[in-house]
Amino acid sequence: MVMLTLKTVSKTFYPGTVNEKKALERVNLELSKGDFATIVGSNGAGKSTLFNAITGSFYVDEGQIILAGEDITYRREHIRSKVIGHLFQDPMKGSAPHMSIEENMALAYLRASTSSHAYFSRISKKDKRVFREQLALLNMGLEDRMKQPVGLLSGGQRQALTLLMATMVTPKILLLDEHTAALDPATAQKVLELTRTIVAERGITCLMVTHNMHQALELGNRTLMMDRGRIVLDIRGEERKKMTVDDLLARFREQAGEGLDNDRILLS
Amino acid sequence: MESVFTFSILQSALELGFIYSLVALALFISFSILNIADLSTDGCFTLGCAVGAMVTMSGHPFLALPAAMAAGVCSGFVTAFLQTKMGVPSILAGIIVNTGLYTVNIAVMDFSSNVNLFGCDTIFSLAKEVSSADWYGNCYKIAIVAAAVLIVGVILAWFLNTRLGLSIRATGDNEYMVRASSINPVFTITVGLCVSNSLTALSGAVLAQYQKSCDINLGTGMVTIALASLIIGETIIGKGSMFKRVVGVILGSCLYRFIVAVALRLNVPAECLKLVSALIVAFAIAFPYLKGQAAFYKSHRIHGRLGANNGKGGDGNVDA
Ligand SMILES: Nc1ncnc2c1ncn2[C@@H]1O[C@H](COP(=O)(O)OP(=O)(O)OP(=O)(O)O)[C@@H](O)[C@H]1O
Ligand SMILES: [Mg+2]
Repeated sequence: MVMLTLKTVSKTFYPGTVNEKKALERVNLELSKGDFATIVGSNGAGKSTLFNAITGSFYVDEGQIILAGEDITYRREHIRSKVIGHLFQDPMKGSAPHMSIEENMALAYLRASTSSHAYFSRISKKDKRVFREQLALLNMGLEDRMKQPVGLLSGGQRQALTLLMATMVTPKILLLDEHTAALDPATAQKVLELTRTIVAERGITCLMVTHNMHQALELGNRTLMMDRGRIVLDIRGEERKKMTVDDLLARFREQAGEGLDNDRILLS
Repeated sequence: MESVFTFSILQSALELGFIYSLVALALFISFSILNIADLSTDGCFTLGCAVGAMVTMSGHPFLALPAAMAAGVCSGFVTAFLQTKMGVPSILAGIIVNTGLYTVNIAVMDFSSNVNLFGCDTIFSLAKEVSSADWYGNCYKIAIVAAAVLIVGVILAWFLNTRLGLSIRATGDNEYMVRASSINPVFTITVGLCVSNSLTALSGAVLAQYQKSCDINLGTGMVTIALASLIIGETIIGKGSMFKRVVGVILGSCLYRFIVAVALRLNVPAECLKLVSALIVAFAIAFPYLKGQAAFYKSHRIHGRLGANNGKGGDGNVDA
């Protein structure tokens, strides 16, 4: 079953001015349910813009976005986000610092419910039990700090919490935009493991931007490469299994006519 | 000096403190929670006062309260509409609505700048008739305003812990998170400002009945006064549960009125009070910053100037 389809999606920022920037150029993409694709590409290739187009922080100039059979091209952002999980590089962006862990989770938990009486529902004992169980899975001791403001957590803890929040109600698609890049290596590893487990256990369809070439080949079942607003490579199956980081870089050079230019690139 | 703290001064300070605490609670929603400086507060307060006075005059003192609140909701809605749907920056939206409200308020008061309620039934006069006991005559006013504020405070604290309340709080706390959660900021900002302005107007309506008059300039400087109360409250209570913070705001308002009462008692001319409020607000907002600076200079001295890197300034704000 196809989960996400992008048909000739284009987006130009500041059209008709000197600052005109073609951020997405006729992007086509099809993800099956359960696909986990990593995305690599130079700075400014349009990776984050691709995610923003899917989440609806702007409307695309051209093309169609279809999620789980529904055309969401012109659906508003907050409606799309009921079924889309989005994590940013900055751990501070994913949760409200002055609200407690419990309250943050409640917001994430309630987001899927559509009944209007839920506007005035409060966090129940049962909800708290669910939150506690989920937090315990992180192994970070957060289950005993549920009343504390999220602002007191470390970056890694916050990102783990955000991941939990984004997947608490299983999203139709999970977008991870370098979500471990701002963490120290050990924490990054932990959050990555967590991501892998959650995505695998629930068969979540997932797109993940990474600048770690090794991760790009190791995680998931597909590797996409973006350059100047286009998806230039889509590697999967046998080809992907045999591929090394050097092969990947060579393929990129072949496609883009120049080396991968990403100042945060990691080859290990 | 003992005459400074008479019972009646304390009492009227408390009465006014409770009445004005509704405006402080309104700013608690817009300023502390939604992170919006709502400058339509002055006009909205007068609007509540004017609507409250006119409805009271027509013989419906109880109806006057919900009527004023409804007027406040409308005013809040317009402010929210301007900033969420028309792209007007929030401060400007408040200023525009405030200016417009002047005319509206004059119109509500039948194009006079002053309305008197002498001889009309008010919630206070009706309550007074219930009993003629001596003690009752002393405290019925305070009982009414305290009850009103208690009800509003409890409902507000409850509301801010519901799903809608949490969404409103998140809206002011983290814009990115709101975009990624299924919260519609247009909706939460609108609801927040409507609730907040309804409280401002309610305060105005209660004050109209309390002082049996309404004046077109009554609201001038209200936003500063309420902000002063809010900040005093937040400084003494600090962060904590919503209920605790709501109580803090009410306490702050009473404390502010008490300070004003003492100042008046010490023969500070009434005209100076606005300056006093401005100073309190400026000082209260600057206080956390100054505290950080003081901590920085202290550690600077302790660690010596040589080799002490700026990081040792601790939590002090050292970018000045
Ligand atoms: N909201 C916006 N307004 C104007 N230009 C934008 C906007 N968002 C992105 N761009 C431009 O679009 C291009 C693609 O940016 P994008 O953030 O998608 O790159 P990226 O692939 O995520 O890069 P990085 O690896 O640095 O994160 C850049 O040139 C950027 O300046
Ligand atoms: Mg990016």
